[in-house]
Amino acid sequence: MAELIPINPFFGMEIPKVASVTLEEWLPGPITSITPFRGGAAQVAKVLRPLGLGWPEPNRMIVSGPAQIAFAGRDTAFLMGVAAPGALAAHAALADQSDGWAALRLTGQGAGAVLARLVPMDLRTGFFPEGSSVRSLLGHMPLMLMRSGAGFEILTFRSMAQTALREIGEAMHSMAARAALPG
Amino acid sequence: MSTPPNAGPVRVAGYGLIDRSEPLRFSFDGVEYGGCRGDTVASALLANGVRLMGRSFKYHRPRGVLTAGAEEPNALVTVIEDGQQTPNVRATVQELFGGLRVASQNRWPSLSLDLMAVNDLAAPFLAAGFYYKTFMWPRAFWEKLYEPLIRRAAGLGRLSGRHDDAPYEKAYAFCDLLVIGAGPAGLMAALAAGRAGADVILAEEDSRMGGRLLSEQPVVGGRPGPEWAETVLAELATMPNIRLMPRTTVTGAYDHGTFGALERVGLHLAETGPLPRECFWRIVAKRAILAAGALERPVAFPDNDRPGVMLASAALAYLNRWGVLAGRRIAVFANNDGARATARALQAAGAEVMLIDSRPNASALEDFRVWRGAQVTGTRGRLGLREITLTDSAGSVTLEVDCLAVSGGWNPTLHLACHMNGRPEWDAALAAFVPRPDMVPGLEAAGAARGLFDTAACLADGLRAAREALADLGLKPAALEAPETADQPYAIEPLWAVPGRGRAWLDLANDVTVKDVTLAAAENFRSVEHMKRYTTQGMAPDQGRNSNVAALAVLADATGRGIPETGTTTFRPPYSPVSIAAMGAGGRAEGFQPQRFMTSHQASVARHAPMIEAGLWYRPSYFPLPGEATWRDACDREVAMVRGSVGVCDVSTLGKIDIQGPDAARFLDFVYTNTFSTLPVGRVRYGLMLREDGHVMDDGTTARLGETHYLMTTTTAAAGQVMRHLDFVRQAHCADWDVALISVTEQWAQFAVAGPKARDLLNTMLDEPLTGDFPFMGCGPLRLMGVEARLFRISFSGELGYEIAVPARYGAALFRDLCARAETFGGGPYGLEALNVLRIEKGFVTHAEIHGRVTAFDIGMARMIAAGKDCIGKAAAARPGLSGAEREQLVGLKPASPQTPVSAGAHLFAAADPAVRKHSQGYVTSACWSPTLGSWLGLGFLRNGRARTGEMVRMVDHLRGAEMLCEVCHPVFHDPEGGKMRG
Repeated sequence: MAELIPINPFFGMEIPKVASVTLEEWLPGPITSITPFRGGAAQVAKVLRPLGLGWPEPNRMIVSGPAQIAFAGRDTAFLMGVAAPGALAAHAALADQSDGWAALRLTGQGAGAVLARLVPMDLRTGFFPEGSSVRSLLGHMPLMLMRSGAGFEILTFRSMAQTALREIGEAMHSMAARAALPG
Repeated sequence: MSTPPNAGPVRVAGYGLIDRSEPLRFSFDGVEYGGCRGDTVASALLANGVRLMGRSFKYHRPRGVLTAGAEEPNALVTVIEDGQQTPNVRATVQELFGGLRVASQNRWPSLSLDLMAVNDLAAPFLAAGFYYKTFMWPRAFWEKLYEPLIRRAAGLGRLSGRHDDAPYEKAYAFCDLLVIGAGPAGLMAALAAGRAGADVILAEEDSRMGGRLLSEQPVVGGRPGPEWAETVLAELATMPNIRLMPRTTVTGAYDHGTFGALERVGLHLAETGPLPRECFWRIVAKRAILAAGALERPVAFPDNDRPGVMLASAALAYLNRWGVLAGRRIAVFANNDGARATARALQAAGAEVMLIDSRPNASALEDFRVWRGAQVTGTRGRLGLREITLTDSAGSVTLEVDCLAVSGGWNPTLHLACHMNGRPEWDAALAAFVPRPDMVPGLEAAGAARGLFDTAACLADGLRAAREALADLGLKPAALEAPETADQPYAIEPLWAVPGRGRAWLDLANDVTVKDVTLAAAENFRSVEHMKRYTTQGMAPDQGRNSNVAALAVLADATGRGIPETGTTTFRPPYSPVSIAAMGAGGRAEGFQPQRFMTSHQASVARHAPMIEAGLWYRPSYFPLPGEATWRDACDREVAMVRGSVGVCDVSTLGKIDIQGPDAARFLDFVYTNTFSTLPVGRVRYGLMLREDGHVMDDGTTARLGETHYLMTTTTAAAGQVMRHLDFVRQAHCADWDVALISVTEQWAQFAVAGPKARDLLNTMLDEPLTGDFPFMGCGPLRLMGVEARLFRISFSGELGYEIAVPARYGAALFRDLCARAETFGGGPYGLEALNVLRIEKGFVTHAEIHGRVTAFDIGMARMIAAGKDCIGKAAAARPGLSGAEREQLVGLKPASPQTPVSAGAHLFAAADPAVRKHSQGYVTSACWSPTLGSWLGLGFLRNGRARTGEMVRMVDHLRGAEMLCEVCHPVFHDPEGGKMRG
């Protein structure tokens, strides 16, 4: 039987490249938003424990192997990289968000400086260490920003993928041009 | 304009911090000159003997540089690039690069021969208040004659009229301590804080850090100032916790330790490529130290504005920093001791120097001639200073000089401290305003910005301020001592204005004289704020930095008050001009706002559909086929296609909100006017939502996917507003309800499949075909070509209609497939134009109708406000005046002659009434040609409209000049029984 062909958010788009930082498409796998019903956070944490996860504090995330659960707003976290265990449904509102987000990874020495052009947040390591997750803005776009061991993980609306690439690309090229300045 | 040999400014050997090994060529007004790396345009022009650099704003008086810094009021030039020009660049700030082209401005035809200088002859008539008094009458002349005339004469410089395509940048920075200014106090503060481990940003307006250490070059720690500064900077550069930001002007102080700053990134380079020209920074600092130094101020004496008259500190800076001696015969005119060192330095560099000290008791012991108790009372030299007249108790003397270096004392650069409305206090000993503590929370002034005018005190004060900041930050200061330096005490006797014949200029940038200020006082503009506005003093690009204190001293004198009682005007951001391009960086063209593209975008573009903006989204307007000449051809075909076979439309832009929880049903009952708790699982209901003021906010359908699980759809336009509203209601009105909301708009690609063949089309793709038991307003999960999908049987067209939703990754493929299959059935894709026609034919409302000023009653849905429950907006909607015969009510409009277009926006009048505003009884909100009914149709609001069915009303479109009679009818034109969509 004929099947529908799936397409990734950045399909057909050119990912900008400069020397000092690396931007790449990130495919986090399934994304499920979890909003515990009243008093359900502890139960959610319990269900997630076998995966090495739990319920994240505000602005934090927990990573375990390919799975991570990250703060995604008031009383809400995104479970990424694994399918949501069926037992969660009794304790929380679950919504599939796997296709709603365009995800990127930004790594390298100048990654923080690139994001400082777009994100109105203090991203210095002391304030935004590994394991941080915030909702903020990327330019004028909705942003969920995480810092993992691999670097910055950026989620923005799938429909805005093209604008996100353009604006991050402009910041990358600008930083590269600054780096090339004498003295 | 060059000066004769043996006069005027000249480059001297052995001075300056320029790189003489790198000569550069540049042009000014088309004439080529040479300069060096490290020069500014001003220093390079002076080095070439050019003193005349601009014309004044109002009287077109010839002017040269007054200062050597960013506060320059006279030497504003235009930087010319290929096809682009940037006006009002300060020649004292613009760094030289090879090939730089600059031009003077505000003159015609040339700088040395400016015919507009005729204004100067008319000066007696052009004093302060001239415009207010002159252009009062006749009243009709204002718009047609006076204003165009004034507009043509006004303004400084000209823009190119082209888009500025160059890159600009905005950025954010965060630190423990922001140090503003990198002179002795700032360097000391940054060093102390850096060694203590604080995150420090050191921002300096100049291209090179060091402040007065570079221009005055005092000996610090036994070494020349620049050398000491380089050592400190070299250490700072090695610290990872220090960010050095030269060429960065902190322009404003705002709440919560936020500062605005403008960085000149590429303006000093010839070729920049992707390098931004400027970057506008928002810096958030826990603590800040204002070490911005002090600005020397001039004295107002007759004809004190000629090229060659400059501040003493500028003359010293041009010598020490750029190796330019400002003249061969230099008179120094001062009221303080500080200028003596300048006079000595200028003499040591080879100039013939004389000192005119206004203080009768000043020392006369110098190696040059000193006049005590004397004042400069006049100058001569049309395009450059030739001679001055000085007057003392013995009478007047004329001296031939080519430069007059003036010092009226110093003003601390305290502007940033005043940005949150704090007022400085007057220090009589310094004859200057100084900042008070805590004018801006967390900001502490240090050094000259606090009124400490000698280097040793500045170094010590920078250290003190850093230590205080470190204590606030909980950091331990490292051991550090301020270095030794040779001090000169600062002694001053105030001198603001010298009386005499001729105009004594206070504000050179806006051509305001002492006489203008005294005139303002005489005409009772005695408040300093009134004087400022009446005379325009302090309103030019330099924001009065050179003239403010002197002007209010003159005002104080004229009004018989002291300076403290007179007070200062309010210093507001920005401290220095900020280009709009920098503040709006990235916002040009498509960068203005994010673009949202549907998964079907590429397929629509491939079908040559014109894409139109709907909010941030881009949606296809129509899908033209070969042979179709106009959009109407395509639109009419697409409408007929949906009515006759099947059409496909991407409706993914509609907002989708997932609502779950034990209280989900109760929540929906509260936000919607109608009831959703009674909706069976697997069914969809149309809902109407009110604002708290009782007017309609939005409409849409909500599906019940499970016992405690709903999916709400909103209109495209109000998706964000509704999400925000729901979140507000949840948090503010029902915080204890157990309900979860999240947007899933982006997760699903959703397509309307509408028309008599809609079911047949879907059945070719569904894993299990639909049978007759999927009812109108039904919904449910199913599988489509192996993919989990959601199907809703709803219709915005009035035909048998479905909306099929799949995860967005499949959207592109599904749209292409749906279109191809629809074409097999004789249908195809349809765009927004057809969608609009289809819904007008059915009388469905959009935000053209629910535009924010209509009630449920107005659109005929009053009965949707359920009686048995409360909802947001219900009480407010029941207020008198929001329902009844006086309201304009939704009606359909059919033209008397079907072929005559109905105009959206036209007003409705009773047939016999004149078409003037007071007789307007309503307006047309939507209009279209209906290929189905073979007539133009309109929807609109008409006073008491529902009771007037069958009446002929007059439609008048004053804008397009159209007029005709329309029949008032029910808004549903097509299939009023709804048999087709229920089908």
